[in-house]
Amino acid sequence: MPRIADEGGLHIDARLKAIWETAPGIRGVLSSVDHKRIGIRYIVTAFIFLIAGGVEALVMRLQLAHSDLKILSPEAYNQLFTMHGFTMIFLYAGPVLSGFSNYLWPLLLGSRDMAFPRLNALSYWIFLLAGIFLYVSFPLGLAPNAGWFNYPPLSAKDYNPGPNIDFYLLGLIFLGISTTVGAANFLVSLLRTRAPGMSINRLPILVWGTLTTSIGNLLAVPAVSLACVLLFTDRQFGTHFFDVEAHGQPLLWQHLFWMFGHPWVYAIVLPALGIVSDALPTFCRRPLVGYTPVALATVATMIVGFGVWLHHMFATGMPMLSLAFFSAASLVITIPSAVSTFAWVATIWTGKPVLTTPFLFLSSFILLFVIGGVSGVMTGAVPFDFQLTDTYFVVAHLHYVLIGINVFPVVGGIYYWFPKMTGRMMGERLGRWNFWTMFLGFNIGFFPMHIVGLMGMPRRIYTYAPGLGWDTINLLTTVGAFAFAIGILLFLINLLMSLRSGKRAGANPWDAPTLEWSVPSPAPAYNFAVIPVVASRHPLWEERLNESAERSDLSRGYLLDHGRETLATTVLDAEPDLILKMPGDSYAPLALALALAVLFVGLILHSATCSGLGSVAVALAILVWLWPQRSLGQIGESTHV
Amino acid sequence: MTDFHGRQFLVVFASFSVAACSRAPMTFMRTFGPAADPVTSLGWGLTIICCLVILIVGGLLLIATLRARATDAALSSVPIAHPGGGLRWIIVGTGISTVVLLGLVVWTMFTLAAIASAPSAPVFTIEIRAHQWWWEARYLDDTSQRTFVTANELHIPLGKPVQLRLIGDDVIHSFWIPALAGKTDVIPGQTNMAWIQGNTLGTYRGQCTEYCGAQHAHMAEFVTVDSAAAFQQWWEHQLSEAAAPSSAATTRGEAVFLARCAACHTIRGAGAGGILGPDLTHIMTRRTLGAGTMPNDPVSLRAWVNDAQAVKPGSRMPTLDLPQQDLAAVTAYMQTLD
Repeated sequence: MPRIADEGGLHIDARLKAIWETAPGIRGVLSSVDHKRIGIRYIVTAFIFLIAGGVEALVMRLQLAHSDLKILSPEAYNQLFTMHGFTMIFLYAGPVLSGFSNYLWPLLLGSRDMAFPRLNALSYWIFLLAGIFLYVSFPLGLAPNAGWFNYPPLSAKDYNPGPNIDFYLLGLIFLGISTTVGAANFLVSLLRTRAPGMSINRLPILVWGTLTTSIGNLLAVPAVSLACVLLFTDRQFGTHFFDVEAHGQPLLWQHLFWMFGHPWVYAIVLPALGIVSDALPTFCRRPLVGYTPVALATVATMIVGFGVWLHHMFATGMPMLSLAFFSAASLVITIPSAVSTFAWVATIWTGKPVLTTPFLFLSSFILLFVIGGVSGVMTGAVPFDFQLTDTYFVVAHLHYVLIGINVFPVVGGIYYWFPKMTGRMMGERLGRWNFWTMFLGFNIGFFPMHIVGLMGMPRRIYTYAPGLGWDTINLLTTVGAFAFAIGILLFLINLLMSLRSGKRAGANPWDAPTLEWSVPSPAPAYNFAVIPVVASRHPLWEERLNESAERSDLSRGYLLDHGRETLATTVLDAEPDLILKMPGDSYAPLALALALAVLFVGLILHSATCSGLGSVAVALAILVWLWPQRSLGQIGESTHV
Repeated sequence: MTDFHGRQFLVVFASFSVAACSRAPMTFMRTFGPAADPVTSLGWGLTIICCLVILIVGGLLLIATLRARATDAALSSVPIAHPGGGLRWIIVGTGISTVVLLGLVVWTMFTLAAIASAPSAPVFTIEIRAHQWWWEARYLDDTSQRTFVTANELHIPLGKPVQLRLIGDDVIHSFWIPALAGKTDVIPGQTNMAWIQGNTLGTYRGQCTEYCGAQHAHMAEFVTVDSAAAFQQWWEHQLSEAAAPSSAATTRGEAVFLARCAACHTIRGAGAGGILGPDLTHIMTRRTLGAGTMPNDPVSLRAWVNDAQAVKPGSRMPTLDLPQQDLAAVTAYMQTLD
């Protein structure tokens, strides 16, 4: 395979555009497999769910603003908090990070698309349809109502005969397909489609985070999907997995759920930590301190993260030995987090920080990470957890984790990559208002929750009696929650205004070091005109850092313009290996996702006809999808060069 | 950012001192028995250490941000550099964190051992069954005649450990008296053991802490720590049967009770033997109705008997729609059940 020098000029651009660009109009919307479009769709959809979950939270905060209020019925409150939890954890926090990774991976790795572009589209469509599937239950008044961890027997048929829980179970199984195919796609993309020279010690930390998350998801999602299938058969077909009368075990659910649930917590924070590790150094004008320890800490967190699920169940009557083991593991898991924390602080300390809006979000995240981390240490200490568990202290802790460690980096990340996504900068002035409103609102609202937790307020209560000392703090929390919501509103306003009239951004408005900033903004459909050759972690800072004689080559490399093609490289060293023929835009992912939706709708309606039709449609969609195409090299000799 | 922290820190401590007094009866930062006290020390230790960590890292972060910040907003005008010395931060910071964490692991394990069992053999056992949404308590004794059943409010003798046998009945609940001990879940299909001891006279509030459906919010329980003599007297009293009604009104009330309430409730001595709801033989000795939903006074009692669904929607107690005279009679009768 000869190296083709950059011919320069427009006709390469035009040729690649013709090959890669999605068709205009509705056809393109429904059939596009462009990772950038899918990534942005993921982020936008996740934000719509964030707003839905946020409105649910605000309604609950009104009910809790004072003792004995009667704004909501107990049933309405219980559906609201269940949907709030499900929405934020499954439909916002995970998918929004998938959105970032989808958008960024090929740009960070130096390739033209993900390894399986159609699978990528499928993953998005299923996420969207699963979210809609779940939300249909809301206007019907049949939303899930047993909490986001849905413990039987409360979620079993005897105590919850309506379809509420079936929406939860089927929705989660459906969504699990999306998570699983997405994770597989990330893994293969990482292993096979990195630019030449992008060895694993040169990967951005976001890639480490998403890699770790993807492996975690592949191992953890089956546990919860299994639990959901078992409970569904208990409810609909009379099996007895969780039925005490027939010697079933309610605790089996808790084990399966948390074997998934705890790694999932890391899945929804590790890529966000990656956003910080990659974006923060740009604003500190220096490379990240301790790249290797931080990368290893990311992986170590997930490995230990598989051994701590029991800390969600300390009060269930476990033997002392189990308590001691899982408690120790839960405290030890803090050590990798300490590594990252000190790496970030040192990066700022030894750098020259420029206090832009993204910097404010990313650096304040460090503080919120520490608060959420140390409150995690407190809940990890078994005997004290006997007191803390299921109080508002835990509610405070998990919101510092989910908002502090997910929402703040995500918003900071959007400020950072918005120019790459849209070609425009986000407003800096409104950005500061946005930051301070969110930061103060969040801390005023959520920090006092720790205290009301220490004052003994249990979580998941729709009201409380006066005289328990909880009124003032709850009012404060309600006020803070609304202030935080205004902050989010300012963010959305800034987003829309900048989209219309933001300052034009060049290719590299932040003077950042990584590959995605070497291409024009917004990134062209084909990403890189030539596949770059990478010689360090900071291709765009090499000249100035001058750490070795080697230089990345961003303008000379494989052109690959015979149809949709990208380069496959070897697993560890990223040596060029072969040319991958990439599929074009396709309706098959949408068709398969819709067919699956029909199947799941049939299951919730107890309609054999509907689910039968869905199954046939699924089989047909898969058949069409997998039908061999000569252009993909699937017939005869492959193009192994 | 960090000056804001300082204020938060003060708020924490101000609130604790408030919490420690009776204005926060559910706090567990001040406890009154050996099943909780070692945990409370650990809790305070953890709280202080964690606040210090937040202050230190927050302070470092603030200094780091302000000390060398570039005033010019144009990023490209600030040169890129790769100064050394960063790794030292990770080594020192992680090293100190590790030592502190290992210390906490040791403290945690010792605390766990300290509360694993009662300091002396428990003096008796209370069998607690958790229902949607109330607590059934059976005081066990070697002689079955001295065993009795009550609901929602326990009494224990001062300074003596008492064993709790927690039995799940419908869904999962969690038993918790923050001033006396941490939570133990009550799970159908398994029996969990716990123990409590009160070293100070008083009544301590707790409530269910595992989400258990519509009325999870109204599932409180109380433990009163009595002197040895008062406790003995209470037990004897609980063993007694209800007195026969002494007036025309209460006689009619008893008849209404037997006709409309006895399918679910027991009144020993009156021939009411229902087991679905709480035993009401001595309901007037309790502080609250509906497991902490309302205070036990005549007005609330009448409201509760008339329409429990209005005050505790979803509870298992139906709306009775009694005629006014019947309602007046049955509440008058119930007020004699002391």
